[in-house]
Amino acid sequence: MAEARATGSAASSSEPVIFLKGVHKIYRTGEIEVHALRGVSLQVHRGEFVAVMGPSGSGKSTMMNIIGCLDRLSSGTYILDGVDVSTMSRNQLADTRNQKIGFVFQAFNLIPRTSAIANVELPMVYAGVSPSERRERARMALAGVGLAEKEGSFPNQLSGGQQQRVALARAIASNPAIILADEPTGALDSKTAEEIMRMFQQLNRERGITIVLVTHEADVALHAKRLVRFKDGHIQEDRMIVPQDDVLTLLHPLEETSYEVP
Amino acid sequence: MRFLDIQKMAVHALGKNKIQTALTMLGIVIGVSAVIAMVSLGQGAQKLVQDQVAGMGQNVLQIQGGGGWNTGGGGARQGGDQASLTEGDVEAISREVPTVKLVTPIAQAQGQFVFGNQNWQSRVEGSNEHYLEIRGLKIDQGEFFTDSDVRTANRVVVLGKTVSDNLFQGSDPVGQTIRIRNLPYRVIGVLTPKGQSATGQDQDDFAIMPYTTVQKKMTNSAVPRINRITVSAIGSTATVAAKEQITELLKERHSIRPGQPEDFRVNNLTEVAEAAESTTRIMTLLLGSIAAVSLLVGGIGIMNIMLVSVTERTREIGIRMAIGSRGSYIRMQFLAESVILCMLGGLIGVLVGIGLSLAIAQVMGWPSFVSPQAASIAFLFSAATGIFFGYYPAHKAASLDPIEALRYE
Repeated sequence: MAEARATGSAASSSEPVIFLKGVHKIYRTGEIEVHALRGVSLQVHRGEFVAVMGPSGSGKSTMMNIIGCLDRLSSGTYILDGVDVSTMSRNQLADTRNQKIGFVFQAFNLIPRTSAIANVELPMVYAGVSPSERRERARMALAGVGLAEKEGSFPNQLSGGQQQRVALARAIASNPAIILADEPTGALDSKTAEEIMRMFQQLNRERGITIVLVTHEADVALHAKRLVRFKDGHIQEDRMIVPQDDVLTLLHPLEETSYEVP
Repeated sequence: MRFLDIQKMAVHALGKNKIQTALTMLGIVIGVSAVIAMVSLGQGAQKLVQDQVAGMGQNVLQIQGGGGWNTGGGGARQGGDQASLTEGDVEAISREVPTVKLVTPIAQAQGQFVFGNQNWQSRVEGSNEHYLEIRGLKIDQGEFFTDSDVRTANRVVVLGKTVSDNLFQGSDPVGQTIRIRNLPYRVIGVLTPKGQSATGQDQDDFAIMPYTTVQKKMTNSAVPRINRITVSAIGSTATVAAKEQITELLKERHSIRPGQPEDFRVNNLTEVAEAAESTTRIMTLLLGSIAAVSLLVGGIGIMNIMLVSVTERTREIGIRMAIGSRGSYIRMQFLAESVILCMLGGLIGVLVGIGLSLAIAQVMGWPSFVSPQAASIAFLFSAATGIFFGYYPAHKAASLDPIEALRYE
């Protein structure tokens, strides 16, 4: 599957994985209209590690939902991995999420009372992968996050960090085009958060997986290679940063941003 | 998504909440088993009636002396108490009613049967030589009495199997002499046993004698009594005509003017049987419907639990959708859960229902009868219940918005 996709988009390797142009999103609740995105254009290329920051109501969550094919845009264009998703049906969006996107959430979002390996297998179950193949791939993914021995454990038997690693394994097991992480360290202590961020970095560096990560926390964002900052439905700032491995030395450059309250 | 994976997922989800699953299933178990037990009960009763009617002989009509129970103005007169039937009536019916095949008067008595040091209390049916044919009985040993025995009021007796067994304990009764009410009677035959009736009554506990013998030797009244007249019609369709013709004939013979209550009553046993059958059929339908209501209630219970389950698992549904489940997969999973729940409940219900039917039949002494139609219909209906009551919750789950569902706490 990975090979198939690689060849599919190899002809245009310079083409972005995520291509957003003039994206608007307007929510209507009764009389009130909320203009959550006001013409956002963004391109993310293969192998990038992008951190998305911004205060509440800046539109970054809406952005994530649209990139994650959970929500449809009101106007504009969104091309994901060479496919126009802006006009897709509900089912097509579901299939796209299944094949092209690996989600990692703040609350881990594993299926309760279901073993780690069954959780990792789940996206492949929906994709119709045969039981033996998905088991093998799930095993590999769990081994990749260092949880080979915990495959039979239930979420409530795992620590927060372990649960997030299972979620990460679930995200990568089906070889998605991008991993979309929404506050992946928000529910973890700083030491575990650092571990998880190292794992993201490792996946990005060693396997070239494209990652888009939303966070409030500057030290988390600084693990990325590019920083996109949202404000009032616009992209306020978009720049490359030098990814740092040591958090302590990195608190400085972002302290000027007053809204960063972890 | 593979079909088998949907089933596995549904079973897994049901297994997560065993108590809830079991309690929900209980509603269906009770519904299905109630339907089966009630319908089996009704059909058992129907069969009982059929057996009883068959035991009376085919195309049989009975003429009961005395005011009928159905004559409104009859008042205090009770069936059989008035000696309104005569030998003349018997002869007239035999002679003048074309639809009648055979006729016998019946004179009844009770008595203590004694042989050696054995004795047995039983009842005696006095009749003529046609009794066996009318009632559809057969002789096992010896022979039945003849018209000459009837004419001469001969003291001969044909024993039912129970009477014979109790008096003779296995030795040959034919040719032996027994005493009833201190008079000797010669045993000339033993009837082929019919066994227990559907109600558990012993159908072999009686003896038959010429009715003349019963009238002269066993009853004390001065006038020879005929308790009833039993008639067999020439065919099953002739019974209605026979009833009318006999009624007309006896009215004339008993000088009953139009509008006056009759002093006899003609019962067409085929009619009685049909009436009884339709009654039991209605009863079956009624019991079945009441039980079906409980199945319906069980179905509503399923819907209720499934709705609660959808709400409880909103977040899980959101996760599933986020990682790529189509709405239709969610719908199928929830539908599969309710159908599996119902079918499993239905299966247990069928087993419980069969057990219940057998137990009730045992207690009531009815023929044990399990209705296979009721079992299969109830099972299929439970599966349909699963689809019907599972659809709305499943649809609700499938239509959830993944973003909203993921945010649900």
